[in-house]
Amino acid sequence: MTNSIGELQDADVFLVTGSNTTETHPQIARNILQGVDQGAQLIVIDPRKTDLAKQAHIHLALRPGTDIALINAMMRIIIDENLADELFISMRTENYEALRDFLFRLDLDEIAAITGIELKTIRDAACIYARSSKSVICYCLGVTQHCCGTDNVQTVANLAMLTGNVEKEHGGVDPLRGQNNVQGACDMAALPAVLPGYQAITNLDTCTRFREVWKREIPQNPGLSLTEMTHAGADGNIRAMFIMGENPVLSDPHLKQVEKTLTNLDFLAVSDIFLTETASLAHVVFPAASFAEKNGTITNSERRVQLCQQAINPIGNCRPDGEIIMELGRRLGCPGMDFQSQAEVMEEISLLTPIYGGMHYDRLQENWGLQWPCWNRDHPGTKFLHKYYFSRGKGQFTVTRHQEPAERTEKHYPFTLLTGRGSYHHYHTATMTRNSTRLVREYPEALLEISKEDCTKLHLADGDLVELNSRRGKVRVKTQITDRVQPGTVFTSFHFWEVPINQLTVDAMDPRSKCPEFKVCAVDLKKVCHD
Amino acid sequence: MQDVMTICNYCGCGCGVYLRVNQNRVVGSYPSKNHPITQGNLCSKGWHLHEFIHSHNRLTEPLLRKNGQLQEVSWDEALDFTASSLQQTKQDHGADAIGVLASAKCSNEENYLLQKLTRAGLGTNNIDHCARL
Repeated sequence: MTNSIGELQDADVFLVTGSNTTETHPQIARNILQGVDQGAQLIVIDPRKTDLAKQAHIHLALRPGTDIALINAMMRIIIDENLADELFISMRTENYEALRDFLFRLDLDEIAAITGIELKTIRDAACIYARSSKSVICYCLGVTQHCCGTDNVQTVANLAMLTGNVEKEHGGVDPLRGQNNVQGACDMAALPAVLPGYQAITNLDTCTRFREVWKREIPQNPGLSLTEMTHAGADGNIRAMFIMGENPVLSDPHLKQVEKTLTNLDFLAVSDIFLTETASLAHVVFPAASFAEKNGTITNSERRVQLCQQAINPIGNCRPDGEIIMELGRRLGCPGMDFQSQAEVMEEISLLTPIYGGMHYDRLQENWGLQWPCWNRDHPGTKFLHKYYFSRGKGQFTVTRHQEPAERTEKHYPFTLLTGRGSYHHYHTATMTRNSTRLVREYPEALLEISKEDCTKLHLADGDLVELNSRRGKVRVKTQITDRVQPGTVFTSFHFWEVPINQLTVDAMDPRSKCPEFKVCAVDLKKVCHD
Repeated sequence: MQDVMTICNYCGCGCGVYLRVNQNRVVGSYPSKNHPITQGNLCSKGWHLHEFIHSHNRLTEPLLRKNGQLQEVSWDEALDFTASSLQQTKQDHGADAIGVLASAKCSNEENYLLQKLTRAGLGTNNIDHCARL
């Protein structure tokens, strides 16, 4: 997020796109709704009528996968209505002319047809967003989990820059991060092509610095992404894997391929707190300590690095992941694997990671942590980003064009399946929430959201068991009739191992971000007849 | 009883939560009123944050597959076997035949250590996590 969560409630306009915020980021939704109570306008872009969409002044229920077309139309309208921030564009950005010329060639009526939204509604939303100088865009995986995910994000950035809604306390572009420490895992370079703090692996000065501290050469060729590792199949180049606290056998697209890859490895070690679907395929399973049994820091969506304190001793014979890694490191002859505490690890992180330069445990203990970039011990941390300049200098407008999803509906697969986190009470592959009695009681089983119109057409009742088919696999799931989905569209979550929905999803992905297209796949469904 | 301040283990909001501890058992969770994000509020997952910690399904011993079955072994045996297997793969197929997945559920320090081990110890950049999922 470029903004802080607490800033949100003082914004004038919220444009929330591809985020089921009330269920997946409840505290952020609370701030948004508080803003709405104070008079802010709320625009939601989502094919589903989520709880937040129900509260919206304008809900743009677009056809799945048409985000670029929609936002391009909004930008064209903003320029036509003279609502672009010319001063900001000339001072802080480049390549505007190319975007403007492209937008002028758009046929807005055609876009209305592509997105399935009336032009007047698009116009209203565009004007509301552009007229305010305190507009915030919040987006989540509904934007990124497409083959054109990178272009989707770029289009969102174009819109914010066009109206100058980026460099301010109450205006910006806020990607909402899903997991408690997904931000930190990225910051720490659990990524194939960067070193901690997003430093390029190709930069010789950076590599020299790391080599001096690590006392080892840094490999220069970029590594493989998660989906490249888990989808290589039986003939892949990866022969051994170590997986810490992840469950790709349930979370990745096109699951059969993942299972095939993992079962064909020469060696698989998994460290987790439960015997997950992935751990049960392993040769070695390490019992990891949970968050309550160890110290450490995690970084939230607003870049705030916070301390987690150990509450109890590890249960049974469990050990913290940090200890497991260091034990392995020592056995593999890796130097610098003998830290006495997490604070000492953070010391090395601060030394090598400029944006974490001032993150010291004694400071983090005060004032609810610190937000990066925090360059040194005296730096107060950063509430919102890009105040005077963007990381690359000037903000660059990039022309993006609508492209259809990898898989389209057709006669044999007439429905569009959307997937995501589907309940307030569950989380991802539910290894934690399904071990929480009260959460299970609230939401015990997977449900397929389907419209009343489609149910009538297929003679289905609420709670009927249906078989859902795609070109890759099939699952059985109970229906839930709802107005949350449009006719022709169905939705379910990936929380339940009994309904491994990712056996159906496509393994097409964005070529640049490697983000899989979880949000669109073509399916058919039919009632399961009991005999 | 003792209350320990920590950060919620679920979504990316980063709520400040107190864990209520009684005789090495976490028996409850409640929000901090002054924490800038929480301000006295939690979602249903946050209020039940403590429940999975003591689940009977928790793994408590290292496991090693012997004759097709996962069996309890000592830490040393599990760690030695893992280290030698990774070493063997590196020897036979090169460092880039090893893949590592880190975790958005683990701490910064743990992710830092794991990518350090992958790059400096194993000698490959094949490390990623579920940021896109």
